[in-house]
Amino acid sequence: MIRTVFSRSLPRLSRPPACHYSAGAIPEPCSQPEVHYDKLFINNQWEDAASGKTFPTINPATGEVICQVAEADVADVDKAVKAARDAFRWGSPWRRMDASHRGLLINRLADAIERDSAYLAELETLDNGKPYAISYTVDLPTVVKCFRYYAGWADKWEGKTIPIDGDYFCYTRHEPIGVCGQIIPWNFPLLMQAWKIAPALATGNTVVMKVAEQTPLTALYVASLIKEVGFPEGVVNILQGMGPSAGAALARHMDVDKLAFTGSTEVGHLIQQASGSSNLKKVTLELGGKSPNIILSDANMEDAVEQAHFGLFFNQGQCCCAGSRTFVQADIYDEFVERSVERARRRVVGNPFDLKTEQGPQVDQEQFNKILGYISSGKREGAKLMCGGGVAADRGYFIQPTVFGDVQDNMTIAREEIFGPVMQIMKFKTLEEVVTRANDTKYGLAAAVFTKDIDKASYVSNGLRAGTVWVNCYDVFASQAPFGGYKSSGNGRELGEYGLDNYTEVKTVITKVPQKNS
Amino acid sequence: IPGGCLTEDLGKVFPAYNPATGEQICEVQEADKADVDKAVQSARVAFSLGSVWRRMDASERGRLLSKLADLVERDSVYLATIESLNSGKPFLPTLFLDLQGTIKTLRYFAGYADKIHGTSIPMDGDYLTFTRYEPIGVCGQIIPWNFPLMMTAWKLGPAIACGNTVVLKPAEETPLTCLYMAALVKEAGFPPGVINILPGFGPTAGAAIASHMGIDKVAFTGSTEVGKLIQEAAGKSNLKRVTLELGGKSPNIIFADADLDLAVEQAHQGVFFNAGQCCTAGSRIFVEEPIYDEFVRRSVERAKRRIVGNPFDPTTEQGPQISREQQNRVLGFIQSGISEGAKMECGGKALGLKGFFIEPTVFSNVKDDMRIAREEIFGPVQLIMTFKTIEEVIERANNTDYGLVAAVFTNNINKAMTITTAMQAGTVWINCFNALSTQCPFGGYKMSGNGRELGESGLKEYSEVKTITMKMVTKNS
Repeated sequence: MIRTVFSRSLPRLSRPPACHYSAGAIPEPCSQPEVHYDKLFINNQWEDAASGKTFPTINPATGEVICQVAEADVADVDKAVKAARDAFRWGSPWRRMDASHRGLLINRLADAIERDSAYLAELETLDNGKPYAISYTVDLPTVVKCFRYYAGWADKWEGKTIPIDGDYFCYTRHEPIGVCGQIIPWNFPLLMQAWKIAPALATGNTVVMKVAEQTPLTALYVASLIKEVGFPEGVVNILQGMGPSAGAALARHMDVDKLAFTGSTEVGHLIQQASGSSNLKKVTLELGGKSPNIILSDANMEDAVEQAHFGLFFNQGQCCCAGSRTFVQADIYDEFVERSVERARRRVVGNPFDLKTEQGPQVDQEQFNKILGYISSGKREGAKLMCGGGVAADRGYFIQPTVFGDVQDNMTIAREEIFGPVMQIMKFKTLEEVVTRANDTKYGLAAAVFTKDIDKASYVSNGLRAGTVWVNCYDVFASQAPFGGYKSSGNGRELGEYGLDNYTEVKTVITKVPQKNS
Repeated sequence: IPGGCLTEDLGKVFPAYNPATGEQICEVQEADKADVDKAVQSARVAFSLGSVWRRMDASERGRLLSKLADLVERDSVYLATIESLNSGKPFLPTLFLDLQGTIKTLRYFAGYADKIHGTSIPMDGDYLTFTRYEPIGVCGQIIPWNFPLMMTAWKLGPAIACGNTVVLKPAEETPLTCLYMAALVKEAGFPPGVINILPGFGPTAGAAIASHMGIDKVAFTGSTEVGKLIQEAAGKSNLKRVTLELGGKSPNIIFADADLDLAVEQAHQGVFFNAGQCCTAGSRIFVEEPIYDEFVRRSVERAKRRIVGNPFDPTTEQGPQISREQQNRVLGFIQSGISEGAKMECGGKALGLKGFFIEPTVFSNVKDDMRIAREEIFGPVQLIMTFKTIEEVIERANNTDYGLVAAVFTNNINKAMTITTAMQAGTVWINCFNALSTQCPFGGYKMSGNGRELGESGLKEYSEVKTITMKMVTKNS
């Protein structure tokens, strides 16, 4: 169980050698890590909310309150934006800093996070419910790598000089956009924070980040490290609060130059509208998905079953790119379903701090209810419940790993994003048919195909309208590779060099010269 | 070399000297052809398909370079001390400039390792096409004695970031800091055989590298004279890829509207920095007629103030020349300047009884055809000439086989734009000199070299591009 989890969970392109415990020894976690920071982080200071309000953050494994944290609202957003604007002013320490020095600070932040990764993994598990073994061996190292990757870009993001017509010297500058609002979700709190602030800081912007109300704690600890390693005040500001108050305030703020949002498609619509009705701030969105995972009959069966299982159930099913429509070619369908059910039954659900656990609780009551609602609809609409389908424990928000077979494309569970441990398996006959059915969705975040055939692999991967296509693998992420959605799954790409575009304003400078020569 | 640092059979050694005193510091193992063979063999094995180095994530290569940078930073005082002792460079500038430059270069290329992108290409026909940027293979690298540590970083950084393996020969005058770096390379955790370091002489070890049939690329920084030999050797052996960073006779053009204080000081540092031992030395200073006399007067006064002395004295600006041979060579040029009729305003003599010191020397009334105006001196000798018009100075500045750098001092935007376009030089400075940074490509036009180091351009020299074209069933855009 553990071996499978480790070797499949590590987001690497190559398999680790011989030893199955490829991550090395995992330190025994403390299941009650101390919370050090619970206020708002503005201008490198810890502040109470202007209103004095607080809200609780819950441990989803037990349903109990961990602690109260300050609740940001409109006034606090204003204050943070002012701090970020001031840190961005012409001539400020942040604006005058060598690009390579920005990179050095980001590298130091990566080092500090690495130093405190055991603690951060405990806090992440406490607040989000993901198994500690995963927080420690997957989330934390990936966070560190993301910061290190973007640290390296800081002084390499070059403009061009351009041979324009006429007696002119022309060049472009890649400038920061300015004050960037960033709203992140609860499914990968630390990682989402890294994906957002790393490229923004590498390119020289300042940030006001609103973290998810379900999972504020680790982001606040990272804020303390941002101060520790020496970022100037106001460069990064972190606010915990609710979407409709603090989040909306950020999205419609007249002095925020850009907004980056990761979350549901439903809220993505609101963010885009808010930009249009305020100051036309640049918007990038990473939204939901209903990603197809296509298994052809010549696929390696064992591999495909395990990857499809991992692709759906990882992180309690709470991944925007979850492979939530598993299309299996007719002649291997029965065996695939049987093996998938057997694998789902073996999935270890339990206390996230137990190193043997593969699946923890869902993040909160609301998600818990929503998923159970989808399971009901699946049964009602005639899908075949093969295993699971119910609550897995009598406290906390645990749901049994659930598999539906004989799913039809028009069922609710086949069209809407469930965001839980519920697998849909459908049958197909031909390649053309499955590509058409796979594309028949408003989403377009990710997709996968399992096959040994070189022509089929390229046909399917080129035909799928999705931002990432995996061939004979699933959920392979790397800081170097761009990630983002077609259609309603989002606008723009994060990670890789492409990720820098979202945080850059291009300025063209044209100087008259006495006589141009080539 | 993996397994130890001992020479093959002969056990030959050679001395390393302290040029401030002329005394021997210690003896160092001397590599010859057999040792080069052994090093190339280990580099080749480390590069084989499926090796630890070839299978390593690019980001991990970057991590190793980052660790090396951290170790250099940890030991920077020690390294600066040895560098100063063995090369004669003043200690404080070595600590603040050379060491920082070395660390920053390693960090810069550490950051590039996983950002070397190929492309996917919309080719005609039903094909899927993309390019991979692969390492070239085993790279021979031969570096000079004027900036031993920095030159090591300039060479290792891009080569390692791109995934190559390396056989590096430091200059025979200055092997010590490079050997210490080798120890740090091992401590950082580079797999054996990835970086091999061989102290030795040009005509033996260096020539063996240039003509080796098992080396895929050679990078050389040094004199133009030897650069030509390297190019010939590559042609005669296996057509190995060649990049060269050679000499210069760089023009520094001062217009009458320049900030005179700035121009005088920059021109002074531009030629006297590192005791004149810079490929970038601004060794032909063209001063617009109206300010010529005043410029000469101020430059002479500044040169007379230049403090020459013990490199470990914190007030010292200028240490010794690297060797007796270099010292004699520079003194020979000074003599030729006098005999060809230039006016020696100050300096001109060797200084002190021990070591290889030379007085800061200034010549005025220099004519373009004098030896001192045409050939690279590589010593503390400043030449000041006068010019009338911009067209004239452009032609005279470009009238050389060299083309490494140039500079212009002016307040006028049009003059600046005109000069920068017109100069046949790899780097042109406006109102500054020797402003170098690891992000900026550096290299020569004409006989100052082939190829560029540093910046993204530096990576191209260490990559081999492979195009992969695969038939597709049906292509769609």
